[in-house]
Amino acid sequence: MFWGSRKTIDMNYFPDEVLEHVFDFITSHKDRNSVSLVCKSWYKIEKYSRQRVFLGNCYSISPERLIARFPGLKSLILKGKPHFADFNLVPDDWGGFLYPWIKAMAKSRIGLEELRLKRMVVSDESLELLSESFPNFKSLVLVSCEGFTTDGLAAIAANCRFLRELDLQENEVEDHRGYWLSCFPGSCTSLVSLNFACLKGEINLASLERLVARSPNLKSLRLNRAVPFDTLQRLLIRAPQLVDLGTGSYIHDPSSEAYNKLKAAIQNCNSIRSLSGFLEVAPCCMPAIYPICENLTFLNLSYAAGLQSNELTRLIHHCRKLQRLWILDCIGDKGLGVVASTCKELQELRVFPSDPFDAGNAAVTEEGLVLVSEGCPKLNSLLYFCQQMTNAALITVAKNCTNFIRFRLCILDPIKPDPVTNQPLDEGFGAIVRSCKGLKRLSLSGLLTDQVFYYIGMYAKKLEMLSIAFAGNSDKGMLYVLNGCKKLRKLEIRDCPFGDTALLEDMGKYETMRSLWMSTCEVTLGACKVLAKKMPSLNVEIINESEQTEFNLDDRQKVDKMYLYRTLVGHRKDAPEFVWLL
Amino acid sequence: MASDKDLNLEATELRLGLPGTSDESAKNQTSATPRSNKRALPEESMSSNATASKNCDQEIAPHTKAQVVGWPPIRSYRKNNLQSKKSEAETSGIYVKVSMEGAPYLRKIDLKVFKGYPELLKALEDMFKFKAGEYSEREGYNGSEFVPTYEDKDGDWMLVGDVPWEMFTNSCKKLRIMKGSEARGLACAV
Repeated sequence: MFWGSRKTIDMNYFPDEVLEHVFDFITSHKDRNSVSLVCKSWYKIEKYSRQRVFLGNCYSISPERLIARFPGLKSLILKGKPHFADFNLVPDDWGGFLYPWIKAMAKSRIGLEELRLKRMVVSDESLELLSESFPNFKSLVLVSCEGFTTDGLAAIAANCRFLRELDLQENEVEDHRGYWLSCFPGSCTSLVSLNFACLKGEINLASLERLVARSPNLKSLRLNRAVPFDTLQRLLIRAPQLVDLGTGSYIHDPSSEAYNKLKAAIQNCNSIRSLSGFLEVAPCCMPAIYPICENLTFLNLSYAAGLQSNELTRLIHHCRKLQRLWILDCIGDKGLGVVASTCKELQELRVFPSDPFDAGNAAVTEEGLVLVSEGCPKLNSLLYFCQQMTNAALITVAKNCTNFIRFRLCILDPIKPDPVTNQPLDEGFGAIVRSCKGLKRLSLSGLLTDQVFYYIGMYAKKLEMLSIAFAGNSDKGMLYVLNGCKKLRKLEIRDCPFGDTALLEDMGKYETMRSLWMSTCEVTLGACKVLAKKMPSLNVEIINESEQTEFNLDDRQKVDKMYLYRTLVGHRKDAPEFVWLL
Repeated sequence: MASDKDLNLEATELRLGLPGTSDESAKNQTSATPRSNKRALPEESMSSNATASKNCDQEIAPHTKAQVVGWPPIRSYRKNNLQSKKSEAETSGIYVKVSMEGAPYLRKIDLKVFKGYPELLKALEDMFKFKAGEYSEREGYNGSEFVPTYEDKDGDWMLVGDVPWEMFTNSCKKLRIMKGSEARGLACAV
């Protein structure tokens, strides 16, 4: 009767717990944000039930406000420095400090369990405080961070009683000694994932073996260079359940007992789907891993500088199920041909330069890419460092692979035209954006005019992140992008002739984006000041590395580096002297 | 720039171009500040005809390589890793002492300069004026008057040539050229 008298069911008649239970199924950050906008009661329920928060820019909100907004916070992802900091374009001490976040969360008794950081400055002090403040802490993932030493890791190991994951990816860590590993207490048996490949120092091998032996749930183990072959063999015997393995040093005598033992141990590891490492490698020992290759879905040999093209291709012949491949360019175009004919399930390919500064020797060209596009129709994510590229090749690739979500091309000489026609690569990239309607991320290189930006603005409707270097002729280029790419979130530009007109044309646009980086362009200080004044919801920061103070500088002077981002909390309080907050 | 030439800074200048490429034309153009560096050349090359831009390209390439900060866009961590491998390979040699039965003093050689055993043995033979003879896995250097041996990381004396080259260079602490009669014990592999 009650239901029959209504045309629609009013969700507000459900008790909060029911709504909360429904919201539990909504996991994407975007969707949860939308849920909180529906009405006051949904906002409240969502607020208290929200456990996972993603902050793409740590300066968009303060720790205190975040905690007030989501008191039930358990899992936090934070990103700090702008992306170009990875390439040394941002000076040290720019910012992105973890400590204030830990301090605030500790003070408010947040039950933090997971923390994932990218490009943040992480001090030992912050790691120590973290380890002491959150009794249920389970997972720490640090990517491209710096500022800590193995002492900080020791605190994590010693104090986080339920630690499941310690994952260190490509961080600059000061290595004091190998004792940090021994700080895991004997009672710690909960480890699921341990990755210390980026550490440079010695490791207490006996402690490592004991730790692995008492971690029955260990699924992912990535070792550093200091772990030798025989230890690897003993670890594999203790952990046949591994799903993801990163070897350390992989050098031994293939006719030895230890090698045979490793062969046997590996054959027992039926669950390994992901393989990386080989930081030092003797090619003659590679056959030991052939048996597990047929089940691999991810292979990362991008640090295995000791493997030549023929060894790489011999290995890849066995990897028919590969979905993701990270490799060095010494594989060569022919080697990529082998990838194309073997890895029919390939979705992601990353080819890194083995000799970043000697472009003359870069071993892959447009030919390798074309071969892969012909052989691997499922390819959707590409990072490709190459000697050269042609429009014809890009047009072919666009025809063969329409599913690209990420397309990052880096020609080692950044303004190199099509070597066959001597034309800019506008048409080639134009074909990519026209054909790949789902493209979310694009990085350009080579000789490029405003025309390529015309195409991007016209066709790249789903584009969220665009990286531009040494491209374009005028403000028109940047305007095409700002006007056409409705979903743009991050735009980073270096060494392009884009100036004030482009910057100021549509200032409201930047409120719809996470951030804009412009360095060595034509933007003047005066224009930045105008922007900062008109848009209080943006932080406009100038990085000035010269001796001059802002009072001496003429508004007509061009700024070297500008970084602007939307924020709810105004100027940050931790900016160093060389960062001017306009 | 004139004073730079007097100091002959060119000789010690770190360059990123290919060895043998001269930077003469590039030197006349823009200086080190990134601002003035950008885009001057490509605009020229775009408007000119094919051959002119080809030439321009060749001049551009070493110039841009030498001046560009943060290019190619690779994480410092990765760059440092590859570079340190290279410089490890290039600068830090593996120096080991070499002694020989009857020689009054020891020598030192850098194992890094050799690509494999044949080169190493030839160098040792030249240095100490002896002949090691043919190596075989089963019989070692059977029949030679002198036999090359080495002490490995575990302190054991091993016959040179038994293990893969990379393993040898990683584990060799010192070399000793023994008299054939002394070395016979080592040759008994089986």
